[in-house]
Amino acid sequence: MLLIKCPYCGQRPETEFKCGGEAHIARPEDPSALNDEAWADFLYTRSSIKGVLAERWMHSHGCQRWFNALRNTHSDAFLITYEMGKPRPAVDENGELK
Amino acid sequence: MIRMEDAIVQKFSLPALLKESLGAHLGWGRQWGSADLKSSYDAVIVGGGGHGLATAYYMAKEHGIRKIAVIERGWLGGGNSGRNTTIVRSNYLYDESAAIFEHSLKLWEGLSQELNYNVMFSQRGVLMLAHNEHDRQSFKRHVYANRLNGIDNEWLTPEEAKQFCPQLDLSPGKRYPVVGAALQRRAGTARHDAVNWGFARAASALGVDIIQNCEVLGLERDAFGAVCGLNTTRGKVATTKVGVSVAGHTPQLMSLFGVKVPLESQPLQALVSEPLKPAFPTVVMSNAVHAYISQSDKGELVIGAGTDQYVSYSQQGGLHIPIHTLDAICELFPIFTRVKMMRSWGGITDNTVDRSPIQGVTPIPGLYINCGWGTGGFKATPGSGHLFAHCVAKGEPHPISRPFSLDRFRTGRLIDEAAAAAVAH
Ligand SMILES: Cc1cc2nc3c(=O)[nH]c(=O)nc-3n(C[C@H](O)[C@H](O)[C@H](O)COP(=O)(O)OP(=O)(O)OC[C@H]3O[C@@H](n4cnc5c(N)ncnc54)[C@H](O)[C@@H]3O)c2cc1C
Ligand SMILES: [Zn+2]
Repeated sequence: MLLIKCPYCGQRPETEFKCGGEAHIARPEDPSALNDEAWADFLYTRSSIKGVLAERWMHSHGCQRWFNALRNTHSDAFLITYEMGKPRPAVDENGELK
Repeated sequence: MIRMEDAIVQKFSLPALLKESLGAHLGWGRQWGSADLKSSYDAVIVGGGGHGLATAYYMAKEHGIRKIAVIERGWLGGGNSGRNTTIVRSNYLYDESAAIFEHSLKLWEGLSQELNYNVMFSQRGVLMLAHNEHDRQSFKRHVYANRLNGIDNEWLTPEEAKQFCPQLDLSPGKRYPVVGAALQRRAGTARHDAVNWGFARAASALGVDIIQNCEVLGLERDAFGAVCGLNTTRGKVATTKVGVSVAGHTPQLMSLFGVKVPLESQPLQALVSEPLKPAFPTVVMSNAVHAYISQSDKGELVIGAGTDQYVSYSQQGGLHIPIHTLDAICELFPIFTRVKMMRSWGGITDNTVDRSPIQGVTPIPGLYINCGWGTGGFKATPGSGHLFAHCVAKGEPHPISRPFSLDRFRTGRLIDEAAAAAVAH
């Protein structure tokens, strides 16, 4: 089980959290202007990267707040968790925080 | 006797068995040759799981393409093909799914003969338990939809279900009461390793080169953008046809090839108990409590859990996932509460949003993909290989797999087995 650091409550077990999938995928400003391909891209294409992935988590059995995290999907280790609305922290080519 | 070093398979038969038993079984040769990677092939299949091996076999056998390589990063069947709970069934809701899985089930029924290799396909039935009114209605709908498609599936009352599987506990006051069950009698299990080895052996006998410990790193394209070769850890190989069947690693490999895929790779776990005497006659699945159980011929109870909630390539998941499953198993089958679990593991499953597979062409000419089988593609091994062989050989999908195109995510014609409430195994 993962140990996840909620930015508001601190380190808690994974069973208190819900993973909300890839982060920083913004809903298009003007959906009706998109063609089918761009719409499919927004809805379904995910990076599912083997490496550092930005994802959304919700502390559902705690403060019930959403936040973002950088996690290495190869080792499952979290690099950092950060509040919604903040930019994605930079990572170097070795997958470490800059 | 001809050995596999000569790439000719020794046929298994009663006379062969008698002869070898006189020699203390020391005379059996290798089952497939280990080839060196040549500089060019007519077609290359990436991924030596069951799907990739079956694809190569059917390409050689039915499409007369003999210069084929299967390139595997690790060892044969080291991916999900060797990590699954081996449930084989075809009672899916939608016509498209029923057609593709039934195509496969029909091939399973003759597979041991076809491959001259005992894949231990056992049609012991798959019983899906209904625990509430919603389950009952949804399973009956499945039963009727399946019958319209000529696929066997029947509705059993709780008493009939208990007759079929006496280990079910129908006592009152249960947390998950059994209000009925759907039974597909032609469904069952097979031995996963034997399936991989059987296809490898049969493909090798037809001249397919099986290359293990070789990872594909990139795609070479010609001036028109079409496939002209692959980069691997053992150097370049020229080919104009590439079929990719790498399951959980599809997003990673496709991003190297520059093709976007609507997939997420997540761990799925399974576990086995200590071996017991025969104690369980069938396969039981419960969607509501997310548990699947059968007994292997070795005697282990084989139990499948749910997927972890996050993307991961670590081939392990959280312990709370199998514990949740075991809680449900103990509640459903109190006779197993004292059984010890021996091993648990994870595989990386490639999941689409509609939980249906993707098979067919890609935007790159000469590049074909077979993926998205996620948590339920073992049952499809022969069928998927058979259809994908057609696709790679002919350059266009077989009619049965056409609805499962990559393009369906653009057109919106999803095949939503996820919403149909059928679990994926
Ligand atoms: C725990 C678990 C239980 C399951 N239970 C069931 C079940 O009961 N019934 C059912 O029908 N299905 C089940 N499944 C799903 C089933 O196992 C898979 O859908 C199926 O085995 C996929 O087969 P495959 O050949 O496509 O993939 P795999 O067997 O995973 O093969 C892909 C291969 O590609 C190789 N590869 C990856 N990247 C590269 C590269 N760059 N170069 C070369 N090779 C590469 C990998 O090493 C791997 O060997 C289960 C899966 C799991 C994990
Ligand atoms: Zn919190």
